[in-house]
Amino acid sequence: MTRLRCLTLMGAMMLLNACGGIQPWVKPYERDHLADPIMAWDRDPISTAYMDHIRETREGSRGATGSGGGGCGCN
Amino acid sequence: MAPLNRVVTRIAVATVLLLVRATSADVLPDDRADLFYSKYSGGGMDITGESVAVHKNITDNFALEGNYFVDKVSGASVDVLSQASQIKDERKQKTITAEFIHDKTTYTASFIDSVERDYKSNTTSFSLSQSMFGDLTTLNLGWSHTHDSVGENNGTAFVPIINWLGHAEDTSYSVGLSQIFTKNLIVSATFQVITDDGYLANPYRSITYLDPSSAKGYSLASQVYPDTRTSTAVQGQAKYYLPYRAAITGSYRYFRDTWGLIGNTYELDYTHPFGNVWTLEGRFRFYKQNHATFYSNEFPFADAQNFMARDQDLAASENTTIGAKATYAFLTNGWKMFKRGTVTLDISRIQFHYLDFTDIKDYPQDLPDDAPLYHFDATVLQVYMSMYF
Repeated sequence: MTRLRCLTLMGAMMLLNACGGIQPWVKPYERDHLADPIMAWDRDPISTAYMDHIRETREGSRGATGSGGGGCGCN
Repeated sequence: MAPLNRVVTRIAVATVLLLVRATSADVLPDDRADLFYSKYSGGGMDITGESVAVHKNITDNFALEGNYFVDKVSGASVDVLSQASQIKDERKQKTITAEFIHDKTTYTASFIDSVERDYKSNTTSFSLSQSMFGDLTTLNLGWSHTHDSVGENNGTAFVPIINWLGHAEDTSYSVGLSQIFTKNLIVSATFQVITDDGYLANPYRSITYLDPSSAKGYSLASQVYPDTRTSTAVQGQAKYYLPYRAAITGSYRYFRDTWGLIGNTYELDYTHPFGNVWTLEGRFRFYKQNHATFYSNEFPFADAQNFMARDQDLAASENTTIGAKATYAFLTNGWKMFKRGTVTLDISRIQFHYLDFTDIKDYPQDLPDDAPLYHFDATVLQVYMSMYF
């Protein structure tokens, strides 16, 4: 059991070490397409929310439409 | 209007989260002011919405935003018309949002107050957005809590007599992850859980049950909903920059809840700019759901079940949306305090088809299950102007 714990700990440390070494594979200077306004997840939040409202008053489904995250990393 | 208000409040929270998403990098967006007008026509209802919103950066890492929204409803949906009750109502909603950025983290807090004569709602929400791994990945966490007071107008549209029926609370938790895969592809996934507790029914809608003592062969009775509901939804989205300057977006959402509803949503969007002045967008959306376990178009007798509903939102249904949007940019070189401005016209056409909900308004001589299935088309028009400064 102790050996298993040691192996688990070593594995976790190796994973953490690997995460620390992650380099962005899309460099900041390669993000001009991602920075284009047409690539924004939502250009008009008020309009999007309004359309969601129209749908939710007619449909039983709800949620998971408004917090997908940005992440362009364009700045 | 009661469930409408609850939905609107939830949508307002989503707006705040969308704003977080739209601004989730490490700097605040430009100051911005928006004027918005909308009109929905379909299914016997006309809804107009007017909104003004201002986003102002107070410092380099702190911003405030205010939004005032008024919508006016006239007419009534088919299941309300079946009780010969017309609706004419107005709802006013105020939202204040604060955003704070520290290093790679954006914190957002908002408060929403929504009032109409038979419904009051307050929502508090917090969210956090964290960029990591060289800004290739963004994590979003969201929480919100809403308190509603639900009433019913037993008077008329012009002389209301409000009977307050109870309260409802809902709490929402969401987790979102966005990932840049290539210099042309970004993908996101969102998971959200919402729990409701309290008075959840629409007081303006009724069930139908077979009643031999009635001349029509059936009678109406109040809906009986469970006091709790928990829903989970997960959505995946991908956005791709095409070899020429245009973007295509695809998304899918899976939804299910403790009332037995399962919904699937598919969306496709294409955005094509022409220079720096015009941007055109087309979209297609398809949605389908089954019915809630306690829904029936026609119950066999009164009090047939513990819980009973004949609300069209809980019926099996599908709908298709085709939409187009045109945005015109002006002052692209700036003028005085303004950096630029845009005017947008957006039109959508939605076709709703119900699979086990019939039209007893136009076919009053039929028993509910013998009447034709209900369907209608709706048109949604939006016009808005945004000024950036």
